[in-house]
Amino acid sequence: MSALPTSLAKNPRLGQWLRFRAEGVVEVRSGKVELGQGILTTLAQIAAEELDVALERIAMVPAATGSSPDEGVTSGSLSTQDSGTALRFACAEARALCLEAAARRFGVSAASLRLADGDIHAADGRRTSYWEIGDAAIEGRDATASIAPKAADARRIAGRSVPRTDLADKVLGHARFIHDLALPGMLHGRVLRPPSPGATLASLDESAAQSLAGVAAVVRDGSFVGVVARSEAIASAAIERLRAAARWNELAALPDASRLDEWLRSAPRETTVVADRTAGGPRPARTLKASFTRPYLAHASVAPSCAIARWEDGALHVHTHAQGIYNLRADLAIVFAMPAERIVVEHVQGAGCYGHNGADDVALDAALLARAVDGQPVRVQWTRADELAWSPFGPAMAIDLEADLDDAGEVLAWRGATWSNGHTMRPGRAKIPTLLAASQLATPFERSLCVDPPFASGGGSQRNSVPAYDFPRVRVECHRVLEMPLRASALRSLGAFANVFAIEGFVDEIAHARGEDPLAWRLRRVSDSRARAVIESAARRAGWGSAKREGFGRGIGWARYKGAGAYCAVAAEVELTHEVRVRRLCIAIDVGFAVNPDGVANQVEGGAIQATSWTLKEAVRFDRTRVAADGWEGYPILTFSEVPRVEVEVLQRVDEPSVGAGEAAQGPTAAAIGNAVRDAIGVRIRDLPITAGRIAAAALAEETETA
Amino acid sequence: MTHEPPMETVSLRVNGRDREARVAPDATLIELLRGPLELPATRFGCGTERCGACVVLMDGSPIYSCTLPAAAAAGRAVTTLEGLSEGGNASPLQRALIAEQAAQCGYCLSGIAMRATALLARHRDPSEDEVRAALDPHLCRCGSHNRMVRAVLRAAREMRESEGTSA
Repeated sequence: MSALPTSLAKNPRLGQWLRFRAEGVVEVRSGKVELGQGILTTLAQIAAEELDVALERIAMVPAATGSSPDEGVTSGSLSTQDSGTALRFACAEARALCLEAAARRFGVSAASLRLADGDIHAADGRRTSYWEIGDAAIEGRDATASIAPKAADARRIAGRSVPRTDLADKVLGHARFIHDLALPGMLHGRVLRPPSPGATLASLDESAAQSLAGVAAVVRDGSFVGVVARSEAIASAAIERLRAAARWNELAALPDASRLDEWLRSAPRETTVVADRTAGGPRPARTLKASFTRPYLAHASVAPSCAIARWEDGALHVHTHAQGIYNLRADLAIVFAMPAERIVVEHVQGAGCYGHNGADDVALDAALLARAVDGQPVRVQWTRADELAWSPFGPAMAIDLEADLDDAGEVLAWRGATWSNGHTMRPGRAKIPTLLAASQLATPFERSLCVDPPFASGGGSQRNSVPAYDFPRVRVECHRVLEMPLRASALRSLGAFANVFAIEGFVDEIAHARGEDPLAWRLRRVSDSRARAVIESAARRAGWGSAKREGFGRGIGWARYKGAGAYCAVAAEVELTHEVRVRRLCIAIDVGFAVNPDGVANQVEGGAIQATSWTLKEAVRFDRTRVAADGWEGYPILTFSEVPRVEVEVLQRVDEPSVGAGEAAQGPTAAAIGNAVRDAIGVRIRDLPITAGRIAAAALAEETETA
Repeated sequence: MTHEPPMETVSLRVNGRDREARVAPDATLIELLRGPLELPATRFGCGTERCGACVVLMDGSPIYSCTLPAAAAAGRAVTTLEGLSEGGNASPLQRALIAEQAAQCGYCLSGIAMRATALLARHRDPSEDEVRAALDPHLCRCGSHNRMVRAVLRAAREMRESEGTSA
């Protein structure tokens, strides 16, 4: 008997993971939610595989508190690993229990039974099925992990590319996003967000909004202001009246956006040592130093955050697209000082999700507004401007790197330091709620401060901050900034995006300093064979070493996500004209056993394109008081014409455990682009985003230096 | 409380059927479609013609339903994503989008599918660059762009081939 997988140990009852329906369907419940990443398809493949039924027989049930296993937050590229492993064991055991039950019924041995797509046949022709005896067979049983899941060579469904189970509906217009739910008696809410992050409401004349026909309630609780109305349009009109009638006290409390690194280095901080192997060593011949930065980044989902809440008899029901239904419930319970058991949180698909977005926040908005209209559901959908200004941002970072080199330019010692807010402020993990409106109420909750998960479980700012090269001495420090003027939290890959950009850029500089090809340098300093395989594969596909066209540059970057997850290498080809154009990304990815290889490719390709957008274009704009709330005009993202060709090679490793795919490509993509820009024009840009303006300024600075 | 302005009746042809609905005088087309006409596949993204999620076809041309007054669609023929597979048969573009698995969250897809449908109606053999340029008014945050472009090219190819067969 092996140890129970974590999720299964926490939720051992088999019936909580799967039920058999008489019509020949297996209902499978996971605590992980569909965010557009295709996880429910992957989990369905795993369940179908272990149960030996056709994939079409698996119905993935959207997660809801009370009925679904509690698997925390759908984040960290852990869903296939956590929920997938739990389901493998749960379904393997359920299959065995069904066969045992059938064997008892027929008085034969379980081994003599034949299982075909849920039908169980005895040698003498008698038959039963999962659909007949399945639920009774697993009733009351807790998982024991005593049944080994299938060996790699016995798999038929897991490991093959299958179409996403939800995409056809979305293409045909059948899908029902949370935005489409129309519950009986549903009203529409809107929130008047303050003009700036630190603003408090000084006065408000509610009368003009109150008197608007169709307005059911104007809600004010401290600096939280909202309306409930019969339609979204009326709610919106009422909010504009409130906006005109509100007076705010604002503070110039934001850092200088053009000098974020100075603020990060001077703010109060908590310092931890991430890696410290510094003993001894010869004196260096020289030391290279460089600093890298990234700005605040926005989630910028195309779909606005949305939620529906309804109160009845002191109980709360919430529809949400949040990443963690139990986590959201825990925070709502704190805000409303009620037992969590009086709250039901149900997941419905919403915006493509790239980290801690506004989904949890809008759920509290809806719950606060719905209190004013007991018994009626209230739907709240954020505006585009609020979406871009109030969803938590991916925090700004500064990274300092130093390398002591010997006479031959080989690294004797490496020192690194990150400066950043923590990278996560998830709901449901602390004594105070992290939801946006909670700190704006008349009796406010303290504003949450981002933390960093421990490095051993992946870290936050310090994620991927320790280089994966065989350097004799390494010291890495993490400075977590303890003031948080802009509300930040987890954005896809957390600190890894900037850390890999910096480390992989810096090792290119080290290679150049020796006059060595950056690919050759990497292959010489990386001993992990899986790492070498992705690097070599991406480089080969990109035609590394072949002739380049004028104005073009090539660069490579790689990382093993969190030091323990997927291996990913990206080779980029850029063209420098009057702007930076990424023409092509060649990517190799090793997620161990890829359950749905095309799903992996889709996630990696999407992640790389999003990271290209971050790398070339994106930065949240703000002055000393306000965040720019001007919608897409003020926060441009990569367009169809700007998107590079992306080729993804999935290196299938059937005997390795599965790890997540969604966050592996971000850092390597940024690094490859930065290195390709350096290759094209001989100038390295260490501050993101890499814009034409920055390149021109850097080229000018270099000329001045040389002159 | 102020009196509400009277509702107005808008008559138009939607997905091949004559429809009529009452909406507020300042209602936009997307409110009409998603509201009384119960066609939720048209998606609200920004309300300022900057993301393309709300694009539908009016008399065959792509328009932003988030800003167009519903009244401006009176007497016109509007096609939404639901209308591409009227009768249960997916359009060649829809089949190609599924074949290429051309989405992640799928929210931006409605508008993109409508724009691409208009492109394919007037251009039977677009180049990849032409497809990208046509789709430039649309934002996709999940990074499904290349799969969508491949799907449009695939649909164009299949439409040409089936024309060839039927000719």
